[in-house]
Formats: sequence, structure tokens, C-alpha cells
Amino acid sequence: MTMKSSTRQVDGVTIVDLSGRITLGEGSVVLRDTVRDLLSKGHKKILLNLGDVNYIDSSGIGELVSAYTTCKNQGGELKLLNLTKKVHDLLQITKLYTVFDVKEDEAAAVKSFSK
Amino acid sequence: MRADRVSFTLDSTLETVNNAEETAGRMAAEAGFDDEEVMKISMAVREAAVNAVLHGNAYDPSKKVTLAFELTPRDLVITIRDQGKGLDASKIPDPLAADNLMKTSGRGIFLIRSFMDVVEIHPSQTGTELKMIKHVRGSAADSKEASQ
Repeated sequence: MTMKSSTRQVDGVTIVDLSGRITLGEGSVVLRDTVRDLLSKGHKKILLNLGDVNYIDSSGIGELVSAYTTCKNQGGELKLLNLTKKVHDLLQITKLYTVFDVKEDEAAAVKSFSK
Repeated sequence: MRADRVSFTLDSTLETVNNAEETAGRMAAEAGFDDEEVMKISMAVREAAVNAVLHGNAYDPSKKVTLAFELTPRDLVITIRDQGKGLDASKIPDPLAADNLMKTSGRGIFLIRSFMDVVEIHPSQTGTELKMIKHVRGSAADSKEASQ
């Protein structure tokens, strides 16, 4: 299953609903292009909803790091929402879980962005 | 005593990475590993295949990747070999080090080591062989490790 991405706006925050696999190739490219496109349009509060992401490899992890860093360097904020157990465990063993701002509730996540 | 071995010769393409992952998942399931272990094994093989295709063979169409699975009563032994310049394992940075934590690459071998019981890297001038072993649950080797 390839990755799909759709975006919606909630109270000034862009929520990116991702589904499928973030892996080397198409999945990573979709994530990269989506985040770059949002930033180029001035959308700098980004919440990546990973609730339907069932698989991620080291390339996908790298892409999440890249998205986080790129957003931060442009004065934005990027947070993660609804991690599956697989993705949660991967971020734990790579010590990235504490680097990312990870949320479990969408409404609370949206409110957590700076105004 | 059972000993099954199967090997594949694959092109240096992204499709090979996906095929290697799928094959590993199927082989691990057939070997009796549970869903979580199957995921770990297939992911380790995917990362190894990425290394072989990208970093080893550098997508060179003239170079091949060899993937082999051997099931013994004690272990699932997976070997993946490329035809690249040879990986210097001593130069692989620790992805958990503070300076490397936010790097966008360099986690493949770390994940392989995290998911498999034994990982051996054998570089040579004609390529790199990566050997990964997962102990079959309940085997003598597994029991020995559990008691230590």
C-alpha cells in the first residue's frame, strides 16, 4: 500500500492526514513534498496525523526528522498525532520520541500550537 | 532435523527492496514466528536490502543482490550480499549519539541490530555480506540465552 496524504485546516493549524507506508521511495517523497508545499504557502503550524500509517522504515524516520527540522528552521512548528504502536516503538528505540512533540488528542494538539 | 534453504538473485532496484521485505515476512511466518517478530524480521531485511541496493550497488543495473534464507531447527538465517565496494562497519556512526540524533539517515544498521539476534557484517573488495540470525522461539539457543 502506497502512502496517501490529505490536508485540512483547524483553527490555523494544518492537519495532514497520512495513511499507508512511509518508506524509501514514494512514501517518503509524498511526505517531503507535502510539508515543503505547506511551508512554501506559509502554513507553518503542521500536525502530522499518523494514525493510519501502518509502517515506516529508516528512510521514513529520516523524512520525519527532515520535516521537523525544515519546519523549525522556517520558524514553524511540526507535531505528531496518533502514533500507531509500530511507529511509537520505532521512535522510542531511535530516541526520537522525546525529540518530537507527540500528541494523542487532536483537539488538544491543535490548542497546543502557539497563537 | 530440518534444514531448508532458498536463495534469490535480484536486480539493484527499489522493487527488490519491497520484494525482499515481502519474502522475508512470508518466510518468517512460515517458520512460525509471531506477528511482531515477523514485522521485525521483514523490516530488518528491508533495511539490509536498502543498504545493498543503494549504498552497496548504488542502483548499478549490472550489479546484483543475493538474498538467501536458511531455516534450521534453531535459527532463521538470512544472508544478503551486494557487489559494491564493501561496507566499513567501523565507520558507521551511532545514530543515538547527540550529534547524530537529528540526522536524516544512518539508522538502517542500527534497526537491523535492534530487530535481529545476531548480525554479522562481512565486507570485502567484491561487496558486503550481511548475515542476520533470528533464533526460533523455544529452540536450545533461545533457552540458553533466556537463562543467562
